Amino acid sequence: MGLFILRRVGMMIVTALCLTFIVFFMTNLYPNLEKLAKTQGNFRMSEEAVNSYLTDRGYLQPTPVKYLQWLGVLPGYKQIKEDGTVLGKCVRPGMTADTVPNFCGVLQGDWGWSTVSKAPVGETLGKRLANTAKLMFWVMVVMVPSALVIGVLAGMNEGSRTDRTLSTVSITSTATPEYVSGVIFIALLASTRFGLGPILHEWGWIEGKALFKGTAKTAMDKVTFENFTLPVLTVALYGMGYIARMTRASMAEVMTAQYIRTARLKGVAFRTIVMKHALRNALIAPFTVIMLQFPWLLNGVVIVETLFSFSGFGWQLVNAAGNNDIEMLLAVSVVSVVVVLVTQLISDIGYVYLNPRIRIS
Amino acid sequence: MEPLTWTGNLALLNPIFTYVAYAFILAVALQIVASFVFKPAAVGAVMTGTTAAGPKEWIDKLAKYLLLALIVVCLIYLLAGMVMPFGKAGIIGAVSARFAPVWIALFVTFTLSTVYKRRLGLYGKLYDSMIGMIGFGFVMFWVYTAIFVGVFDMIATGDPLSQVSGMKNKLPGTPIRGVDPETCGTSCWYLLGGDNLARDVFSRMVEGSVIVIVIAPFATLFAFMGGITLGLPAGYFGGKLDTFLSFLANLILAFPVILLFYLLVTPEIVQTGIPHYMAMVLFVFPIVFLTVLINSRFYTRPKLRNPLLAGILVLTVWIYLSAISAPGTVIHVLPESMDMFNISSGILVVFVSVVFVNSPTVFRIVRGLALDIQTRDYVAAAQTRGEGPWYIMLWEILPNARGPLIVDFCLRVGYTTILLGTLGFFGLGLPPESPDWGTTINDGRKLLSIYPHPALVPAFALLSLVLGLNLLADGLREESLRD
Repeated sequence: MGLFILRRVGMMIVTALCLTFIVFFMTNLYPNLEKLAKTQGNFRMSEEAVNSYLTDRGYLQPTPVKYLQWLGVLPGYKQIKEDGTVLGKCVRPGMTADTVPNFCGVLQGDWGWSTVSKAPVGETLGKRLANTAKLMFWVMVVMVPSALVIGVLAGMNEGSRTDRTLSTVSITSTATPEYVSGVIFIALLASTRFGLGPILHEWGWIEGKALFKGTAKTAMDKVTFENFTLPVLTVALYGMGYIARMTRASMAEVMTAQYIRTARLKGVAFRTIVMKHALRNALIAPFTVIMLQFPWLLNGVVIVETLFSFSGFGWQLVNAAGNNDIEMLLAVSVVSVVVVLVTQLISDIGYVYLNPRIRIS
Repeated sequence: MEPLTWTGNLALLNPIFTYVAYAFILAVALQIVASFVFKPAAVGAVMTGTTAAGPKEWIDKLAKYLLLALIVVCLIYLLAGMVMPFGKAGIIGAVSARFAPVWIALFVTFTLSTVYKRRLGLYGKLYDSMIGMIGFGFVMFWVYTAIFVGVFDMIATGDPLSQVSGMKNKLPGTPIRGVDPETCGTSCWYLLGGDNLARDVFSRMVEGSVIVIVIAPFATLFAFMGGITLGLPAGYFGGKLDTFLSFLANLILAFPVILLFYLLVTPEIVQTGIPHYMAMVLFVFPIVFLTVLINSRFYTRPKLRNPLLAGILVLTVWIYLSAISAPGTVIHVLPESMDMFNISSGILVVFVSVVFVNSPTVFRIVRGLALDIQTRDYVAAAQTRGEGPWYIMLWEILPNARGPLIVDFCLRVGYTTILLGTLGFFGLGLPPESPDWGTTINDGRKLLSIYPHPALVPAFALLSLVLGLNLLADGLREESLRD
């Protein structure tokens, strides 16, 4: 088992290196650098001005060299101008030529400098990740139990009316991408002129004109029911259907197993069969699915955070990608790759623990 | 001119509709309660047809009739719209009248298919499953809409790009300012309102279906070609090839899709020509697939193979070159006179990135299926006969993997539709005035809580198409498992 984990971690590092190199290569293509120079300097820069801006800051070195500098294997680029100002990769505002460190890469724990937010990447991204963690926590709280309940209820009587109804519900929810459900939710539940809000207000059930808030800006300071319901619901809905369908399939399979039939023939009550015999075996498959669902949730998070203007990880991704904020984008891709691969690892290990029939040597 | 109401002269039906709807909801609620309270009637009683039905059966029957009544009322709204003069039956009637060719085509398709369903193989069996039929109905609705809009220029009431002053954010059913009521005919109103640039929401929605219906299935097809061409050998040969290809597939899958889109589709990257080079690589797979398919089957009969292969190669390579070469881009190899068509840069980029995102998943599915099927007896039989590996892969393994692949194809077209919407939602790839659903949703979301209709209309359109594809896949899976 130890060897297995070790091999997987090694694989993870290789994948992360490959991926970050691809991102590095794409973001360091000349048109992208030109855009960066123009947004950082000014938009009417001439060819030469762009060129000298980029040369001064070391952007025009060969890509592998820059990549190794970013990793912290090679010393960072540094150039001291005639007037004593120092430019380069490791330079942060307020540094003089003597205090600039030689190495400033990921290995030194320095994630770089965000050219858009004018702050260290690590610090900014940390804040964003904390926001997203809040969102993800509530998404999990809503999504997992409801998906499991729907799946188990549908799967324990395969072909019944409950099964058909719940299966249709879960198909509908997998067919509704976040930008569709989010738009529908905002229009029906967060509008002051249409949907439920004005009706409930007229009946005197709610104070304001709208039931929920259409943005989650205030949720960054304080999460309330009003400002966080819609984003959480939107992310949860898309993943819920998929998990529910997997649970249903696994539950339906377990219910046809020999030991369930034996239990029924013994005269055990249906409720006991479901709760004691079937449930534990039926939940092995959904566990892996839930784990593998994380990368998909990441996608949903990007859409929902953009739609509800919630400054989390996904919002940061869009922001960094739109402005070619190279080092931020690299950090973002490292985080997402790690999330994807770690969840895969956990799902594999968890599967082995939950299912005693499988052993990895 | 008066603005249209939702139901126009059919307003007298509205109370009936409301009552039936409420009654139906009540009946369904009762049904759920009853399923917990009452035990179902004894199995024997139901089988012999005696009337020993309990209260549960009565409620079931009631709910069924109420549902039928509800459907009938809805049908009256739609049919009356087609029969009554345009606009007299309100917005719903007018929209239904615009969709008349689609209704007729759907009706013909369903009647013919139901009559001949026993002779139509898997497609015919679809008509045994209610879910599959509903899904197929949704999908064909949009396919026919795309055909009638794209080829015959029918359904839309106006131009999707023209802006009419004074129609900004107008509600559904608003008459177009300044038109003559006598002569305007079917384009008197913005049936589903105007968007924030005063364009017709209804026309944009139906025009958008063309883009989606053209790109999504084709992109999925290309992804399948790539996934199959690489997945079969990876699963069949295994070893180093498998390790390498699987690593590549996992690498692409570890990318968050949206980051990948941002890296591939921004104007700066398009300027470097990377998407065009990727198109060059990805579009090769169908040619390779077809060539190997034909060659592995007919290589023992050179007289048949040589002309067949030559014909296919000339045709596909020509299409390939026309597809990738366009004036003004990095690849411009074909002279103007030979170039059959030019794909606009935006669409090509979107197409390529969607294919690129989808093919690793297809690769993994095909690889898994190949691993599973190659242990079967008929594969061993073919190996003993001395068939080549490519023959076994393409003519023994692939046909036997068709069930899961067809189901996955349906699901994947839906997923591709979602991806196209995502691209539009982030304003990537397609031009900002493009009427496709993702871009329109993105346009409409800024004023969502004040004017929801410009975003809701494309949102429901996209939802219904993807839902249809999912239901269709579900129906197909059920029917293909049955035998």
